[in-house]
Amino acid sequence: MTALPPTTDRKLGLVIDLDTCVGCHACVVACKGWNTENYGAPLSDQDAYGGAPSGTFLNRVHSYEVRPTTGTAKLVHFPKSCLHCDDAPCVTVCPTGASYKRSADGIVLVNEDACIGCGLCAWACPYGAREMDADAGVMKKCTLCVDRIYNENLPEVDREPACVRTCPAGARHFGDFADPDSNVSRLTEERGGFDLMPELGTKPVNKYLPPRERDRSEDIDILAPYLEPVTEDANGFLGWLERTLSKLPGGR
Amino acid sequence: MASPEPVVDTSPHVSDEVRKTTCYMCACRCGINVHLKEDADGQKRVAYIEGNRDHPVNKGVLCAKGSAGIMQVNAPSRLRAPLRRVGPRGSGEFVEISWDEALKTATEWLAPLREKAPEKLAFFTGRDQSQSFTSLWAQAFGTPNYAAHGGFCSVNMAAAGIYTMGGAFWEFGQPDWDHAKLFLLFGVAEDHDSNPIKMGIGKLKKRGAKVVGINPIRTGYNAVADDWYGITPGTDGLLILSLIHCLMKAGRVDLPYLAQFTNASCIVNEDPSSPQHGLLLRDEQGKPQVVDGRTGRLAAWDAAGVEPDLGATYRHGGVTHRPVFHLMADRYLDPAYAPEAVAERTGISADRIRQLAAEIARAAFDTPLEIDRPWIDFRGKTHDKMIGRPVAMHAMRGISAHSNGFQTARALHTLQILIGAVETPGGMRFKPPYPKPSTAHPKPHCKVTPGHPLNGPHLGYPQGPEDLCLSDTGGPARIDKAFSWENPLSAHGLMHMVISNAHAGDPYRIDTLFLYMANMSWNSSMNTSGTMKMLTDTDPVSGDYVIPRIIYSDAYSSEMVAYADLILPDTTYLERHDCISLLDRPICEADAAADAIRWPVIEPDRDVRGFQSVLCDLGGRLGLPGFVAEDGSAKYADYADYITNHIRRPGIGPLAGWRKDKDGKDQSGRGTANPDQLRRYIDNGGFWSEHVPDGAAYYKPFNRAYQDWAVKLGFYDSPQPYIFQLYSEPLRRFQMAGQGKGTHLPPDHLAERLASTMDPLPIWYPPFEDSSVDTRDFPIHALTQRPMAMYHSWGSQNAWLRQIHGMNPLYVSSRIWNDKGFSDGDWARVTSAHGEITVPAVEMAALNDHTVWTWNAIGKRRGAWALDPAAPEATKGFLLNHLIHELLPPKGDGMRWTNSDPITGQAAWFDLRVRIERCDPPAASQPAHAPIQSPVPAAPKSLRWKVGK
Repeated sequence: MTALPPTTDRKLGLVIDLDTCVGCHACVVACKGWNTENYGAPLSDQDAYGGAPSGTFLNRVHSYEVRPTTGTAKLVHFPKSCLHCDDAPCVTVCPTGASYKRSADGIVLVNEDACIGCGLCAWACPYGAREMDADAGVMKKCTLCVDRIYNENLPEVDREPACVRTCPAGARHFGDFADPDSNVSRLTEERGGFDLMPELGTKPVNKYLPPRERDRSEDIDILAPYLEPVTEDANGFLGWLERTLSKLPGGR
Repeated sequence: MASPEPVVDTSPHVSDEVRKTTCYMCACRCGINVHLKEDADGQKRVAYIEGNRDHPVNKGVLCAKGSAGIMQVNAPSRLRAPLRRVGPRGSGEFVEISWDEALKTATEWLAPLREKAPEKLAFFTGRDQSQSFTSLWAQAFGTPNYAAHGGFCSVNMAAAGIYTMGGAFWEFGQPDWDHAKLFLLFGVAEDHDSNPIKMGIGKLKKRGAKVVGINPIRTGYNAVADDWYGITPGTDGLLILSLIHCLMKAGRVDLPYLAQFTNASCIVNEDPSSPQHGLLLRDEQGKPQVVDGRTGRLAAWDAAGVEPDLGATYRHGGVTHRPVFHLMADRYLDPAYAPEAVAERTGISADRIRQLAAEIARAAFDTPLEIDRPWIDFRGKTHDKMIGRPVAMHAMRGISAHSNGFQTARALHTLQILIGAVETPGGMRFKPPYPKPSTAHPKPHCKVTPGHPLNGPHLGYPQGPEDLCLSDTGGPARIDKAFSWENPLSAHGLMHMVISNAHAGDPYRIDTLFLYMANMSWNSSMNTSGTMKMLTDTDPVSGDYVIPRIIYSDAYSSEMVAYADLILPDTTYLERHDCISLLDRPICEADAAADAIRWPVIEPDRDVRGFQSVLCDLGGRLGLPGFVAEDGSAKYADYADYITNHIRRPGIGPLAGWRKDKDGKDQSGRGTANPDQLRRYIDNGGFWSEHVPDGAAYYKPFNRAYQDWAVKLGFYDSPQPYIFQLYSEPLRRFQMAGQGKGTHLPPDHLAERLASTMDPLPIWYPPFEDSSVDTRDFPIHALTQRPMAMYHSWGSQNAWLRQIHGMNPLYVSSRIWNDKGFSDGDWARVTSAHGEITVPAVEMAALNDHTVWTWNAIGKRRGAWALDPAAPEATKGFLLNHLIHELLPPKGDGMRWTNSDPITGQAAWFDLRVRIERCDPPAASQPAHAPIQSPVPAAPKSLRWKVGK
């Protein structure tokens, strides 16, 4: 069993905007690229060109349909990676202390040197956010790009997670939830950011912003005047044109 | 108590070097930072790819394809050396040969053709980003048979835009993301251009602008749309004309804009006895006439100070001649376009059509956008501000991949122009060097002189029948029948007809088919199985292949490789030089002119050469003018040499950045060649850009400041102001020919079709397949699109991307799913008038009721792309192409009509009608073609791609 820090100085995490995410998988592959080359063992791929390819990904986009009983169906793209929970069950279940939550910034990490690949943490995580690397035999998970966000070899502007830096639609935001004035705190406040499955009591740090209401029928009483015919008589259109042109600045 | 936390190295070494170049994972051409690390063997290898923050296209972001480029560069499907076919065509049996042998062979095949019959070479390039170069080569060779892939992609969109307003969507124009309040996105497909549109949607969302999708399929951008119109395929034009009806009827149109900046105010010759009937009334200089509001008299459209009157008529010779706008009122106020009249056909209720029209009216006219920036128009009039109609529209290729696609795209531009939302704040903006009207483009050329170059550029914009490419007997001069009476405005050629026509010997037989980066024996052809047969058929008399020789260049072991006789292996995009040139389709944004290069950020580890460098070499060996130095040697050592030193017109070369003025100082746009030019590009991150002056940012076709800037940069040699062509005279000229007027007349069997489809004002007619099959037998529409993570990328064998999209089910609307009794795990048998496929099926609710669709080009043939034969791409993936024929079913008139738009020849992929029934899963998707022998070794089982020491 591994202990969680009672509090963390900062709460670093992501805000993911489900109103804007178009499901392009840019974050998935940028994450794969950076984390294959960086923190810990590379993210390997088995049967890479074969019948059942299966690789390690720290971030995946799930797409599913919402089919309301009345009204139009919708497609939702839902990117999911470790939520860096305050009450992270994956940490407390770890028998070796390999899984831990950093007291300084709240990032949940796996110390691969101490990981025995038992897989308990993946079992304990209700979000399915951890993946065992089949080649290295160690547990892999989102590091919030801990090797980018403080990296002095990177320009300051690039010190953010690879998924955030690459997101073309700007649907991903990185910041400190402990700071009420941070971009992520403000976005969460303004847009009604929510926890994923709060009933589980894991207190995820990452937040999701809900899609705006879609397919709202505009009030026809408000819109109808915009299409009020200039005349009921088809031939009257040219009369209207004549009158209108004469009223324009510089008209005849 | 927590144990002490491990120490994490939070500042690891990122890379040894960052090299900046241009992505080629799709057509978007983003800037990328390629991080390299030196491996233990001393080789620098790619460690990581990210977006370039300084780049005008992507500003740092990068899509899934771009980041996965690392897996494209190490792909096991990369060809390793030139190949000569030793087995039968289609078997995939090759031997590796030297470049010397390969180039000698190609020269021996091509030189005699050039001497005697250059048209016997058909040179077609697919996903080519060097068309200004490949076309120059083909022109020097002297064959009329050259084009790239636009004909089977989206020439309808490009040509309709150029003819209507001097630019189209995509590479030509973009929504004003910073000012639009309402954004309408039409058509199936999830990209074009990939990252800018995602960035733009992000901007709109941030500002709270409304996004509306009009698309049978609600995926991708339509999934985040605030409102969605699940329109019936092939009816976009009808919906748009109904919106035009509503807006005109309510007077919600921008009259001052229409009067000043469009030919709505030009007077039409309405004298039926005149040979000019239906054309614009012109003065002695040939200038279209308007009534000048100041005098009430006729005046040239562009004369200084003229104020065109949108309403005034002109009476002459007993005939009243009216302005175009009157003709538009006649047509579009007709109740045939009322929402109630089109609701059933489009699948959109009348209320919903009205809602959309009213929202456009509200956004455009309730809160016009005014930018306090004075500007002067081409008539010399000073406008004290820039007034915008903040409704931006954009379209994907879905609306254009129909036999009514050209007129549909024209209808969309007409809608944009009617509300004054083109080149105004909040609307659509052109990207330099566009706008450029059709009259400022070349006309097509086809005159062959053996041993000499063609008489001009192959592709262009005909203005009337006299500009067609016809033989002496009036038949098509080109193998693809482009610019013939069958499809007069085929500005991008018809690549999808080349193999079929060459096989049929119609209009003639060819000797050598030379292809680049075009998967014609697979996903880039209609009637895929038939195409394979055409490529392998032999002449019963001679025993030779009907298409005797095929040369193919590709970097990868694609399906097409097996069907060629000689393979010239290309490099990957990180191993080559390229220029993304202003002479071609550059990377400009609305606010900046820009071009870019690729350069070898890594060296190839195989015996491969960049295709363009190979063409330089072949050009020298064949003695092509422009490719030979004075001493008879090759003029260009390689493509980099060409990029640096080629001069297209005085002062203009492939790249606009860092040219030299007469004093040897750096100059943009025009200037002499600079031997250090590529180095300067590399030092600048792989691109050059120059900002459009603020006063020239909008109203570009009409704005003196923009016109002067465009001349300075060399887009054209003198100012070319023009007005938008709501009424298209080139179309009218072909319509007249169809009506039997004039001296250039079509063959009888095409006359009626020309007369009815070549309407000078946008029309809608049902897709041709609807009238050539019984729609009761084939009630369902079937569509394809590529997923965002693979759009326009070359091959899906990429180890990372194939884990996202490794197979493609048929998505079936809930209505069809329930009607036909499908349940999870079922497969579907899909039948068209042409063929049948059996494929996995999945239910989808957010889909037009009468439509099925799938991801395109995920399906792969066994043996191709170095994939295992058990790969899901081959066992469950499939192509809809088997259901689509390049010809329509016989009509009993003795003719076979092409499955193309009659105006441009664009492949009408999306006209497809099918029926569907559930079935139990077979062993694999049907049809299942025999495996081809792979010309490359088997792929590794697993990957752990970590480089560096």
